[in-house]
Amino acid sequence: MQLITEKGREGRGLSLLPPCDVERAEPAQADCRKIPLGMPSVSETEISRHYSALARRTHGVNDGFYPLGSCTMKYNPKIDEEAAALSGFTQIHPLQPAETAQGCMEVLYLAEKYLCEITGMSAMTFQPAAGAHGEFTGLLLIKAWHHSRGDMKRTKIIVPDSAHGTNPASAAMAGLTVVNVPSAPDGSVDLEALREAVGEDTAGLMLTNPNTVGMFDENILEITKIVHEAGGLNYYDGANLNAIMGIARPGDMGFDVVHLNLHKTFATPHGGGGPGSGPVGCSEALAPFLPGARVQKKEDGSYGWTGAEQTIGSVKAFYGNFLVVVRALTYILTLGREGIVEAARNAVLNANYLRTKLADTYPMAYDGLCMHEFVVSLQSWKEKYGVTALDVAKALLDHGIHPPTMYFPLIVHEALMFEPTETESRETLDEAAAALLEIARLAQTDPEALHASPRTTPIGRPDEVTAARHPVVRG
Amino acid sequence: MNFPEELKYTDSHEWVKMLDEQTALIGLTEYAQSELGDLVFVNLPEADTELSAGEAMADVESVKAVSDVYSPVTGRVEEVNEELMDHPEFINETPYESWLVKAADIADTVNLMTAQEYAALVEQEQQ
Repeated sequence: MQLITEKGREGRGLSLLPPCDVERAEPAQADCRKIPLGMPSVSETEISRHYSALARRTHGVNDGFYPLGSCTMKYNPKIDEEAAALSGFTQIHPLQPAETAQGCMEVLYLAEKYLCEITGMSAMTFQPAAGAHGEFTGLLLIKAWHHSRGDMKRTKIIVPDSAHGTNPASAAMAGLTVVNVPSAPDGSVDLEALREAVGEDTAGLMLTNPNTVGMFDENILEITKIVHEAGGLNYYDGANLNAIMGIARPGDMGFDVVHLNLHKTFATPHGGGGPGSGPVGCSEALAPFLPGARVQKKEDGSYGWTGAEQTIGSVKAFYGNFLVVVRALTYILTLGREGIVEAARNAVLNANYLRTKLADTYPMAYDGLCMHEFVVSLQSWKEKYGVTALDVAKALLDHGIHPPTMYFPLIVHEALMFEPTETESRETLDEAAAALLEIARLAQTDPEALHASPRTTPIGRPDEVTAARHPVVRG
Repeated sequence: MNFPEELKYTDSHEWVKMLDEQTALIGLTEYAQSELGDLVFVNLPEADTELSAGEAMADVESVKAVSDVYSPVTGRVEEVNEELMDHPEFINETPYESWLVKAADIADTVNLMTAQEYAALVEQEQQ
């Protein structure tokens, strides 16, 4: 497929810009580029066809089932887009006077209030641009709190080996040292290993609950207590909040800081459709360190800006990705207090429905009920049939289904991690189960057919190894 | 799977070849490379870096994931195998020739296993 810069012809184009009516400035020659910019020279027809062609080659939640585990690829309601497109939210400037942006400030105020209620936190910042940025911000809050107490020796963050890779990365970015603790055989935190790991140098613990194998850690109160008693704080990675939103609150579990992924749990667009939003909520003790300006409701009912006294400083310009917050608030208000709980319950129900349909055929990594996602381990298939998790993932593409997350979590060999989300119908889950059972049949009878998949996609199996070893980033 | 008799092994899948009492070559086992899959990048420490037994000393990246390599010894990096920077695939192809780090001034080690003990561990992990 041609790139947009390879299409068209020199001089072809659109006259979208009005004629220049100010004097033309000539920058100094030394400041000018030596090679041309390489701008596309295409007509509107060519542009439209180019983007339509690109769209046909992608797979999004609007195209089909997308059970990418740990990513919560739920449907994004169109009403959220309508709200975010309202001119009152788009035709604004971050520096305009507060009295002319009261509606926008009310959005931030309400979103903070509702999300704090859902998480059991006291205050929240919307500055972080996405989840990992939220983790980084949350860790800076933990660090600032220890330092404010004159406790400078707490430099270690405890992270279970089942954690998302962003956890240790964020900790390292925040200048903390990562201590890995192994998981117990059932995927939960090994309490003994945690007790051994905590000490006077513990800044805190980062935990995802439900964890990355889709299990709710039943020892959560004991876990957070162990860390608190050692003088550390507990950080809640909100990646998997979808399973428990409105039902169990991180604040009640003993967490001091929480980040949310509005682009997962609160149905705002994901990936290329972003941008993301990773607000960070915290307890009252940590609120004095929050970054950026927050909205405060004044006595007369109007809204004003307020900043934290001992702020860690801004982590992004102004108020974060504001329009994503508009979408998330619309989602919360559309579902309401009952709907939020129902969404979480259906997410768990859907995951268990699909898991049960597959359990006799696909080896489950962990037994028993799961939360919003479940993990399959195809290690035995690899040995018996020579069929890997990658082969099953590729074969799913021929069924019009986006593959589940593969080779994660790292503690499970040949892992496939399914998260159907609450927005899929029973029919879709039945179709996916039928496709997976057909793939399982082929694994046993005709593994070559799976090795040859996908057959129907524009690109088959790219050579990922050569691409990673010898990347060509410029044409 | 091949686990040479003359090497010692760690439970985090490194092999150690003692050259004398205080120097050793350290690499990744055949099982480690097969689990990681095709390696695409190797991040090695600089010469003279202090090594602590059981702590991360390098990392390797495959198409699947990035993984830490733990130092089996307390000591000092005398030399790194720079060839691997351009050819991470050597670890996949010849894991026992593709040493990552040559350690010197070895004062301590983690609990090292014989080839038989390590083979038993791998068998257990594969179940």
